[in-house]
Amino acid sequence: MRKVAVVGAGLTKFMRRAQETGKELSFEAARAALDNAGMQLKDIDCVVMGTAPDAFDGVHMKGEYLSDGSGAWGRPYLRGYVGGGTGVFAPIQGWYHIASGMFDTCLVVCEEKMSGCKPHPQGAFLTIFDHTTERPLYPNLLWIFALEMNRYMTTHGITKREIAHVAVKNKKNAMDHPSAQLPMEITVEDVMNSEVMAWPVNRLDVSPTSDGAAAVILASEEKAKKITDKPIWIQGVGWNLDTSYWTNRDLYYPEYVERAARMAYKMAGVKEPRKEIHIAEPYDPFDYKELHHMEGLLLCGKGEAARLAVDGVTARDGDLPVCPSGGLLGVGNPIAAAGLMKISELFWQLRGEAGKRQVPGQPKRGVAQAWGDLMQVGTVVVMGVD
Amino acid sequence: MNGLETTRKETKLKKKGSVPQANVPSGPLLKRKMAFEGTPLSGKDFEQGKVLFTTYKPKLAYAWDTGRAIGRYLQGLKEGRLLGVRCRHCDRTVIPPRAFCERCFRPIEEWVQLQDRGVINTFSISYVRWDAVRLEKPTLPAVIDIEGTSPRVGILHLLGEVDPKQIKVGMKVKAVWKAASERIGAITDIQYFKPE
Ligand SMILES: [Zn+2]
Repeated sequence: MRKVAVVGAGLTKFMRRAQETGKELSFEAARAALDNAGMQLKDIDCVVMGTAPDAFDGVHMKGEYLSDGSGAWGRPYLRGYVGGGTGVFAPIQGWYHIASGMFDTCLVVCEEKMSGCKPHPQGAFLTIFDHTTERPLYPNLLWIFALEMNRYMTTHGITKREIAHVAVKNKKNAMDHPSAQLPMEITVEDVMNSEVMAWPVNRLDVSPTSDGAAAVILASEEKAKKITDKPIWIQGVGWNLDTSYWTNRDLYYPEYVERAARMAYKMAGVKEPRKEIHIAEPYDPFDYKELHHMEGLLLCGKGEAARLAVDGVTARDGDLPVCPSGGLLGVGNPIAAAGLMKISELFWQLRGEAGKRQVPGQPKRGVAQAWGDLMQVGTVVVMGVD
Repeated sequence: MNGLETTRKETKLKKKGSVPQANVPSGPLLKRKMAFEGTPLSGKDFEQGKVLFTTYKPKLAYAWDTGRAIGRYLQGLKEGRLLGVRCRHCDRTVIPPRAFCERCFRPIEEWVQLQDRGVINTFSISYVRWDAVRLEKPTLPAVIDIEGTSPRVGILHLLGEVDPKQIKVGMKVKAVWKAASERIGAITDIQYFKPE
C-alpha cells in the first residue's frame, strides 16, 4: 500500500442554523481546503462525500444532491455513510482510494444540515430502531445514550460529577476555535444543574444539533511532497462494527472501538498507545462518550478515563491532551462534519498551526475516532508527522 | 446576529439553573483561510417571519414483514409468552429471536420459552419524548436481561409501577401484560416491567 498524506483542510463555522444550503456549505469547506493546500479542483482525481441520515435534509440520496458542492463534477465519486462514524470513515475511504494506487489525490468532504428537520431532528432518529420490536416503544437517541452512560457509570462506580469535567473542558477549549458553536466557560456545577433530559443525561452533557461542513485533501506521497513541505501522514486506519442487537451487548465498553483501534495501531506500528499517542480527538457527542472512547482507544484502562479528566491529564496542556479542538461538545455536532473536524484538528495540531489551540510540546502523532450507526461502529485514524 | 443567540434560546432551562453565556472567540481566523464564517439564523428570525418555510408532508406508509423469527416472537407475545432462540453451535440463548446466528452464521432452529421476568441491566429516566417534546412525567426505558438467556442478553422495554428514585441496576422485574383480549401480537402487549 502507498503512503497517504493530508495536505489541506477547511471548515465552515458550525452553527445552529445556517442560511446556506448543504451544497453551499459543502462548497465553502471544500474551497477552503483547496485554498489551504494551494490547489484547484482540476488537481483533484476523485471525491469522497460523507454525510449522515437523509432524513435530516428530507432529501433522499442526498449524496447525489450534495455532489456538485463537494467538487464531484466529472469525477469518480463515492458517498459513505456509517451514521455518526461517517466523519472519520470518509477519510478512510479517501485513504484507500489513494493507498490502492488508483488515484493520487482525493477531496474528502463531510456535510450535515440538521436544522431543516422539524419540529426537531431528534424525531428523525426514531426510524433507526427496529421497526417491529423497538419502534412501538418510541425510543429516542437520548435513551440509548442515557442507557449506555448509566451502564458505564454503574459498572465502574463513576459519578456524573466526574463525567461533567469533560463538558467543562471541551466547551472551554472551543473558545479558541473560530468555527465553534458553543464555546463557553462553565463549571461542573452548571452541568449538574442544567435540565435533566434523560437521567443521567443533563442538557450540558450533550452536544448541540448543528449545520456545518468540513473538508480535507489527501494525496499520495509523491504528490504530497510537491504540494506542501509539511504533509501529515495517515499512519493507520481501522473500522469495526458490532451487532445491531444492541440490547445483547454489555454497553459499558465499546469493544468495536477497541477492534478498530487495534487495526489502526497495528498499521501505524503503535505498540503502546498510551506513550505513542500525543494527542487524541475521540468522539464526544456526550461527555461520557469521550471517556468511553478513550478506554476503547486503549489510551487508559477500563474505568480509568474519568480520573484522567478530573486530574487535568486530558487538558490541552496535560500529559494527554484530549479534544483540544473543543470537540463536538464545544465546536458543535454537524454529524459527519464533526468527525472530519477532528481529522482537521490533528492536521493543524501536528503541523503546529492550531493557533491558540496549539497543544505544547510539538506533538508527533495523534488519533481521531468517531462512533455511530446503532451505537455499534468505531472508525479510527492515526496521523503523524512522519 | 449569530448562531449563538439561537443556541442560548433553545437551551433555556426548564427545571433549574441557567446556561452560562456562550463566548464567541474574537480576533481574526488563522492566517491562511481555513474557516468560512457562514450566515447563521437566529430564533428571532423565525419568530419574525423572516424565513420562508416550505412544508412537505410525505405520506410514506410501510407494510413491514415480520420475518420468520420475529413473526413467531409476536405470536408468543399474543399468547403471553416470551420466546427466545438458542444457537447450538455457540451455546447461546438470545432474545429477540432471529432466524440465524450473527456470530457463527448458521441457521437457528431451536426455540426456547423464557421467563417473563429479568434483571435491569441499565435504565434511564427520560423527560424527553421521541420528537424532543418535554414530558412532565418521565418515561422509564430500560434494557432488561431476560431470565433464561445467556449472560447480558436483554430487550428494550419500559418500567412501570415504580418510583423512579427507587430504580437500581440489578433490580428484579416482571412483565405486566395487557389482558389477553387486548393483545395483538406486538412488543406493546407487555405494558411494562415492574419490580418483583
Ligand atoms: Zn452461533
